[in-house]
Amino acid sequence: MTIVGWLQIFFVLAAVVACAIPISSYIANVLDRKRTFLTPVLAPVERGFYKLAGVDPAREQGWVAYTMAMLAFSVVGFLTLYAVQRLQNVFPLNPQGFDPVAPDLAFNTSISFITNTNWQNYGGETTMSHLVQMLGLTVHNFVSAATGLAMAWALVRAFARSEATTIGNFWVDLTRSVLYLLLPISVIGALVLVFCGVPQTLLGSIDATTLEGAKQTISLGPVASQEFIKEMGTNGGGFFNANSTHPFENPNIWSNIVEIWAILVIPVASVLAFGRSIGDQRQGRAILVTMGILLLVGVLVVYWSEAAGNPILTALGVDPAQGNLEGKELRFGNALTALFATGTTGTSTGAVNAMHDSFMPLAGMIPMFNMLAGCIWPGGVGAGLYGFLVVAIIAVFVAGLMVGRTPEYLGKKIETREMKLAMLAVLIYPLVVLGFSAASVLLQGTLDPDGNWLTNAGPHGLSEIIYAFASQNANNGSAFGGLSGNNLWFNTTGGLAMFFGRFAYVIPVLALAGSLAAKKKVPASVGTFPTHGALFVGLLIGVIIILYLLQYFPALALGPVVEHFLMLGGKTF
Amino acid sequence: MFSQIRPAIVMIVLFSTLTGVVYPLAITGIAQVVAAKPANGSLLTRDGVVIGSALIGQQFSGDGYFHGRPSATNTADPNDATKTIDAPYNAANSSGSNFGPTSLKLHDRVKADVEALGGSPEKPVPADAVTTSGSGLDPDISPAFARLQVSRVAAARKLPEARVQALVTNATAQPFLGLLGEPRVNVLQLNVSLDLLAAK
Repeated sequence: MTIVGWLQIFFVLAAVVACAIPISSYIANVLDRKRTFLTPVLAPVERGFYKLAGVDPAREQGWVAYTMAMLAFSVVGFLTLYAVQRLQNVFPLNPQGFDPVAPDLAFNTSISFITNTNWQNYGGETTMSHLVQMLGLTVHNFVSAATGLAMAWALVRAFARSEATTIGNFWVDLTRSVLYLLLPISVIGALVLVFCGVPQTLLGSIDATTLEGAKQTISLGPVASQEFIKEMGTNGGGFFNANSTHPFENPNIWSNIVEIWAILVIPVASVLAFGRSIGDQRQGRAILVTMGILLLVGVLVVYWSEAAGNPILTALGVDPAQGNLEGKELRFGNALTALFATGTTGTSTGAVNAMHDSFMPLAGMIPMFNMLAGCIWPGGVGAGLYGFLVVAIIAVFVAGLMVGRTPEYLGKKIETREMKLAMLAVLIYPLVVLGFSAASVLLQGTLDPDGNWLTNAGPHGLSEIIYAFASQNANNGSAFGGLSGNNLWFNTTGGLAMFFGRFAYVIPVLALAGSLAAKKKVPASVGTFPTHGALFVGLLIGVIIILYLLQYFPALALGPVVEHFLMLGGKTF
Repeated sequence: MFSQIRPAIVMIVLFSTLTGVVYPLAITGIAQVVAAKPANGSLLTRDGVVIGSALIGQQFSGDGYFHGRPSATNTADPNDATKTIDAPYNAANSSGSNFGPTSLKLHDRVKADVEALGGSPEKPVPADAVTTSGSGLDPDISPAFARLQVSRVAAARKLPEARVQALVTNATAQPFLGLLGEPRVNVLQLNVSLDLLAAK
């Protein structure tokens, strides 16, 4: 680790926070349906959308109708995305002449994109036509992120309102999030990336004659327009197989900084916007500080572990000065690679600027743990906020147990029904991740070294499987890429993990929103536990560590932890 | 649920049009006008022939050229489409090795590469000389790896080492303000300037 490296990290984080502050007030205005500086331009478009869709924007929905709207939108999105992939050979804009995407792969990819996961069992440049990239994948990069933000604000409104029967209108939240927030920033961001060197063309590929006279076919495409929203919508599905390690997705240090900024800015801004929407900015700041601490501890571990290099290779005569370079691009450096890896899994992005599979064992454990906890520091667009609010509810419940008072959060009493719903949401994770991982090992024998399932043997192989389900369940989408995911077993189980990870989590959350909205907001009294100070930050961190480390410690011990000690002993598999 | 089906279908159609057609085509149109070179892949040409992209590494094996990092990209086996064969710097199928830190295959590959470069624990080689990148298309090497190759290239080209070393120094990009970025050498551009020097 170097001082310059840490300066790079703090420079990027400072840029994120500096921009998140004005953006947070904008997000609050967009979702609270106030006037913004873009209203004169966009209001007619917005009204046109409602008119064509037959939506009355003035009519709000209760939690059941809100959930039904979200589910209907997801189902239609799934079916159209599946159809576009299966029929890509008959549609235009298929310059490389790809065949239809196979049914199990199209299933996995469709679930993946409607749930904001963007898991890649496909190799972008070898599977998907430009039409699928644009009309299928880019569209869901926008709308799945907007859906996340909509659901978060359903919960935020539940806290802001008193004795309310409605939590907003899904169609309005969706439309406003795309039109006012995601699309305008993406237009600017995509052009910035083009100036950094990211291609944006309708050509499929170009043939070059190398200096040594060989032919090199270079894949191209409309990369920049997808790249930026891929990061800012915390999506992460790459245009190319190698994702943001590919020089066309991420050509230099500047594009790398822009992309890390884009990954973090909306999640950070929406936490601050939450404080504005409930009328108490201290609450947003306390949550953001908690998230910041958890994120920075992760960055520290990854950076320290990667900068030390691989002792097995050092013993062979590799200079450890550059750290562990396997799977890394030279141009980013260890510091910003560590920040990218931690940020992409602290949010539900899952884009990578280095191959996480080749990380040192403890460095690889950080992305894994971030995802096992559900990607909530600072979390995916919207998804991070509602995920973290659920943890906050559990934390005030724990505090309430300790002092023997009915717990309350933001003026709402947390009672049996709320706790049941919060626990229902949280407990789906270990069931899906550990359940599917165990089934893969026991039923399919995926750890068998001759089985063609995994690139790595030994404990690292188990890590590849746990990582895959942690990633898909948390709707992240990054991978230990050595796992061969494009087969019937992993396409199907992975698709189910993504489905449950999104919907089995968010339906209890929306029910929780309905239940909280109906409660009377009680004013704070002397006996109220303050949820904006250092004590609450400490409590949140404690609850997170106890809740998630206890659930997953045995699995982590068999994967990255044991691999770390075997590596120190020079053992290879 | 049924009352939500019409808005669901209409919204998908509208957003597909707006974010899936209008947005990427508008960005393409603007980019092709204001920044045509990067928008088309930062291609390099020599005598009217495209020789590659400044951003994408390519395979060099001759002694007279500087070599890039090892690359883990592959391609379909022409004899058996279900298998793959090594194809370094295949810019139509980017990928890393995905070897974990305790991988025996990684150990064996690095061991062979270190030996080929004459390295040992007493005389270690730069890490980028023996590790594959995430994309398999990394266009850059470290100044240390370039220095390691100067004498080989100079001998093959029958040029004085000092002149080749000067080329490397010239081609080394330094971090912005000494802070942002890593010192690096673009291999393709270095080799183009080497060809120019040799042709003089």
